[in-house]
Amino acid sequence: MKTVVNAILIIIAFLLQSTLFSRFTIAGITPNLILIVVASIGFLSGRRNGLIAGFFAGMLFDVFFGFVYGLYACIFMYIGFTNGIFQKLLFPNDIKLPLGLIVVSDILYGHVCYIFMFLFKGDLGYVYYLLNIILPEVVYTVVISCVLFPLIQTIYRKISTFEEKETDTIG
Amino acid sequence: MSPLVKRKRERNPLPTKYLLLILTMVCVILMVLSFSTGILSGPLNAISSILVPFQKGLTQVGTAIVDRTENLGTLEEVMKENEELRQKVNELTEANTLLQQDKYELTTLRELYELDKEYDEYEKTGARIISRDPGNFYSNFVIDKGTNDGIQVDCNVIAGGGLVGRVTDVGPNFAKVVSIINDNTNTSGSVLSTGDNLIVSGNLIFMQELGVIEFSQLDSEKEGIASGDKVVTSNISDKYLPGILIGYIETINTDSNNMTKSGTIIPVVDFKHLDEVLVITEIKENPY
Repeated sequence: MKTVVNAILIIIAFLLQSTLFSRFTIAGITPNLILIVVASIGFLSGRRNGLIAGFFAGMLFDVFFGFVYGLYACIFMYIGFTNGIFQKLLFPNDIKLPLGLIVVSDILYGHVCYIFMFLFKGDLGYVYYLLNIILPEVVYTVVISCVLFPLIQTIYRKISTFEEKETDTIG
Repeated sequence: MSPLVKRKRERNPLPTKYLLLILTMVCVILMVLSFSTGILSGPLNAISSILVPFQKGLTQVGTAIVDRTENLGTLEEVMKENEELRQKVNELTEANTLLQQDKYELTTLRELYELDKEYDEYEKTGARIISRDPGNFYSNFVIDKGTNDGIQVDCNVIAGGGLVGRVTDVGPNFAKVVSIINDNTNTSGSVLSTGDNLIVSGNLIFMQELGVIEFSQLDSEKEGIASGDKVVTSNISDKYLPGILIGYIETINTDSNNMTKSGTIIPVVDFKHLDEVLVITEIKENPY
């Protein structure tokens, strides 16, 4: 049940990000919906689900837009896994920790992308990329995740109550 | 009912750490494989073609909304522009009649010189952009036509009379396009007026700040090249058909080695508002 929901969430996030959100850019910047979904899955259902979700979300990204297969898959997998470690620290109605984690994840994501795609070909314009791409993306992503994270949390709550009921009736 | 519950618990015999390790290795192998060979694109393209219809629909919705908002915002401007344009139409109709006479002359001359293989005569097919790179570092996109419409890898993509990029990967109903403004692409071009070759490279910083791309390695002793000169794809490019307009030279500087020149080019294509493109279905014959 959770796996199906995770898959649907990832596909929706990918489709929205590559179509609608890349049309409605603010100052040329697209928010990172996939990262929000992967991170949320991580700290709502643990590191195992997080890393699997990250792997497949990244793979989807790679198949369509990656210049080598596996790079985004690897990045998103580690994002899902690391966020999953914080599952035990998460209180039900706390939004500060998830948002903080999403910020950290997005900053790391931006840096890894910069290192693999620009630094490796000798491009040293780090400050420019930080100020004009990585940080604006973080801001935009956090604003979106203020809405998106509670939504995913509610979906998850619905599922777990639904599953409890199901096991109750069987048991 | 305990077997049901038990099965659920025993479903994960592999510890998460090992799973992470294995998947990491899978990723690394995939990276190495796809970097050194192109084996993987076939089977993976089959998966991605499932999502193409969804992307088509969503992009249509997005384009409709963007068009609507832009329409409202620019109505007044358009009204003003309309009057100016009306005047211009009158002027141009006059100019057009003159040009038609010239064109007649040109066609006869072309026939004489057997120059009728210009790029407006390449076989082309129109396609719509259905999906863009979700990240902020690159500007690749996916179009809604593929091998079913005769598109193959390395087909050149143009829009608005200028070069957009080329197809790097193709499925039955979609094709991936890498644009010339991408930070990691280089295009071999030449200055139309002098025929000197140069390398056009996409540059993320220049594109974001100034809307231009770079060129370099212009090896010219002539002083004739100035800003405003046309840059087209060169004869020696192995991917691009010759003579497709890339853009106009904006600035030009002599490099510190005093031999080559470099500078910036304003691309003809408006990459920010690209919705439809033309794909040239012929590809450049390559001896290698």
